[in-house]
Amino acid sequence: MDSSTLFGISTMAYILAMITYITYLAFRKSPIGITATTITIIGFVAQTFAIGARWIEFKDIGQMGWLRAAPFTNLYESLVFFVWCLILGYLIIEFKYRNRSFGAFVTPIAGLALAFIDLTGVQKGIQPLVPALQSNWLLAHVLMSFIAYSTFALAFSTGLMYLIMKTEKRSEAAYIFWTVTTGIFIVILAAMGLDYLKFKLLIKSPDVLIKSYLFKASFFSPSGAVSVVSWIGAAVFVYLVWRYGGALKKVVGSFSLSSETLDEITYKSIAIGFPIFTLGGLIFGAIWADQAWGVYWSWDPKETWSLITWFAYAFYLHSRLLRGWRGKKTAIVAVLGFVMVIFTYLGVNLLLSGLHSYGGME
Amino acid sequence: MEKEKNKTFVDKLWDSLASIKLAIIIFAVLALTSIVGTVIEQNADPERNIKLLAKLFGASAAPSLFRIFDSLGFMDMYHSWWFITILLLFSANLVICSIERLPKILKLVKEPVKPLPEERFKGFGIQRELTVKGNPEKAKGTVMRAVKSSLGFQLAETKEGHGYQLYSQKGNYTRLGVYVTHFSILVILVGAVVGIFFGFKGFLNLPEGRTYSVAFSRGHHMTDTAEFERIVDAVDASSGNLTNAAKTLSMDVATLKAKMRSFGIQPLDFGIRCDEFSVDFYENTDMPKAYKSRLAVIKNGKVVLNKVIEVNNPLTYDGVTFYQSSFGFSGGIENAVFRFRLASKDGRAEDLNLRYGGSFTIPGTDITGKIEDFSPALGIDEQTGRPFTYAQQMNNPAVYVNFFEKGSRKYGGWLLKRYPATWKLPDGNIVAFNGVWGMQYTGLQVRKDPGVWIVYFGCITMAVGLFVAFFMSHRKLWIRLVEEKNTTRVIIGASANKNRHAFERKIDKLLSALGSDKTGGK
Repeated sequence: MDSSTLFGISTMAYILAMITYITYLAFRKSPIGITATTITIIGFVAQTFAIGARWIEFKDIGQMGWLRAAPFTNLYESLVFFVWCLILGYLIIEFKYRNRSFGAFVTPIAGLALAFIDLTGVQKGIQPLVPALQSNWLLAHVLMSFIAYSTFALAFSTGLMYLIMKTEKRSEAAYIFWTVTTGIFIVILAAMGLDYLKFKLLIKSPDVLIKSYLFKASFFSPSGAVSVVSWIGAAVFVYLVWRYGGALKKVVGSFSLSSETLDEITYKSIAIGFPIFTLGGLIFGAIWADQAWGVYWSWDPKETWSLITWFAYAFYLHSRLLRGWRGKKTAIVAVLGFVMVIFTYLGVNLLLSGLHSYGGME
Repeated sequence: MEKEKNKTFVDKLWDSLASIKLAIIIFAVLALTSIVGTVIEQNADPERNIKLLAKLFGASAAPSLFRIFDSLGFMDMYHSWWFITILLLFSANLVICSIERLPKILKLVKEPVKPLPEERFKGFGIQRELTVKGNPEKAKGTVMRAVKSSLGFQLAETKEGHGYQLYSQKGNYTRLGVYVTHFSILVILVGAVVGIFFGFKGFLNLPEGRTYSVAFSRGHHMTDTAEFERIVDAVDASSGNLTNAAKTLSMDVATLKAKMRSFGIQPLDFGIRCDEFSVDFYENTDMPKAYKSRLAVIKNGKVVLNKVIEVNNPLTYDGVTFYQSSFGFSGGIENAVFRFRLASKDGRAEDLNLRYGGSFTIPGTDITGKIEDFSPALGIDEQTGRPFTYAQQMNNPAVYVNFFEKGSRKYGGWLLKRYPATWKLPDGNIVAFNGVWGMQYTGLQVRKDPGVWIVYFGCITMAVGLFVAFFMSHRKLWIRLVEEKNTTRVIIGASANKNRHAFERKIDKLLSALGSDKTGGK
């Protein structure tokens, strides 16, 4: 089997797993839970083989050694690897804490990431490496960055669950924070979906990049009416999430996870992710930049945003350890930190220009 | 309150610099201004940012907004005085916070563990109890051995009323991991400052075959003033020796140095020559696989170092490093040298370098060839089948050669460097076209940074500090052995400042080892 068939199997499995985990939440029958876990493991194994197969294909096409042929060189490959790490992290937690409820929150992230690949029409083919990426640092730098991103994603979901569980009133700052963040998150995804539909239906020229169509079907539409309707629609949607967000509380409340456990998983994920991110993302990145470009730090947008992300998690750790913050306040920081991660990872490539433009959609 | 009033200005300043609040404010300010810096393109053409501002705030506001941002230094924000000031404030905060907290932490690190009164055993995060066979004397030996082998603690002992108290700690120095990490940030910043003051960052567009003894600063693009050229030529002619160069220019060395600074000319103590620049492509595509420059370092008229550099593989000499960064055309076709290898069908071969329009004879024959056309990137139009130049880079160099025998044209055609099939003539002779030399320059990033090793040292320190701070912990253990009838009660109290569960699990393992020992004794 070639890598794309295996990737197809794993994508299907994760989407199926997502449905099964949510069904499990609703009915709480242990055979359903076991099925969900089994499907997830099948997806994970298929994905592992898929990455291995792509590694071999990449090595042959690129005519280079094993270390350099790591298939983590563009947006598509990195997203796939991110999902792999996330599922691995989740499976570890499922076995360690003997709790499946959490799966209903993690598999959708995996499903969304894979759907994002199709939605945005990210280039999937194997591309030979450009000269700047031909370095042994590639493997260490990308591998560790994405392991860290995955731990931050876990911290994000547990942090969000914590906020859902612990907020009571609609006037509460923490409640407003999580409903608005979730609302905006969904709105942006929906707007990108619209862009994709428009792009696929109307513009068929391969020379045009989808990047230049970002939000053109909604917020930045040349037609004033469409733009105004989009903004109003987005505002109404965020309002609705805020108004009825309390319903999610029952769902999260039905998990047999205590808020203390959630807080602990959030902290532990960040405590593992932060040193890995510092070493692999920032330090190895700096050493590599020094070798390739002759500057270990050039305030390139990608570098600057990863520094901002680093500050966000440094802030989390300091506020928790030094100021003794617990609970809602730190959960908010954990959620915000992941917003920074998403921007560092995707936003910089989509919206800003700079040296570090390998992850683009071109 | 009275005390507050008596504080001097210095005390107050110290206090505010030592506050966590300030640290949080600095975090936020650094993050927010950095975001602005990533949206506004740094060191870019003003046009681009005016366009960006027009998009965000409307065309009418854009020019004045640009002027405001520009005067605040946002166009080169990370080097502006205020951004540097925030970074300095950040360092001061880090240093002073550490100084403030260090004595307390050092006390925790150095403090030896002491036996505790009985009631304190109730307050531990980890508490365990079990009963073992034998009197405390015997139990003491068993427990000490078990603790040594499973936890690695060397227990100290004190005699108590009904038995013993054993106690020890491990990893007390791991509490300093945080400080090592903070210290490493300062080291990295010091390295950056050393680089700014004692280093140099520049570029050099080096044409094939040329030697330069200077590099140029960014921002001072090669102007075409006559004096600039004269200085560069004089410094090159004296291979970087400024005294000699000043003599040729009939000015004193100080003036020359000042002029070089204002022009952004950085003298190198040696010459650097580009012997060849080339691009390798992935087979049958225009995707570049490698950019290569064959460089030579020349000192006192002699080549002292040869190296082929690539992206990710620079050349360093005398503290100056040359990185492959760009390339382009430097001269017209009149500078070009066309390289051929001629092989006749009876096995005679010859290497040849020709100018544009030049002729050659295939060895052992009467056939002559003449270069009549050149294309840096030859493609064939799919519809008409006619050749055309498809790119302004040396992607697929080709020469058109007409062949004559005894004065009359026999045949002619395009010879492509990347396609050896085109080299074979109809009569079996081979004219291999090995490329054009002398038309391109290699764009080198030139850097001298004595601070980079300090930065690397800081990075290693940071990695070590983070590892200690996050993955190691300070563990303390107390055990009371209380005599009972024929048995001894073992009461355990333990604490760990991080990752308590791991320590707890180890203690449970210890317990089950001690427990099984008891059953084994029965």
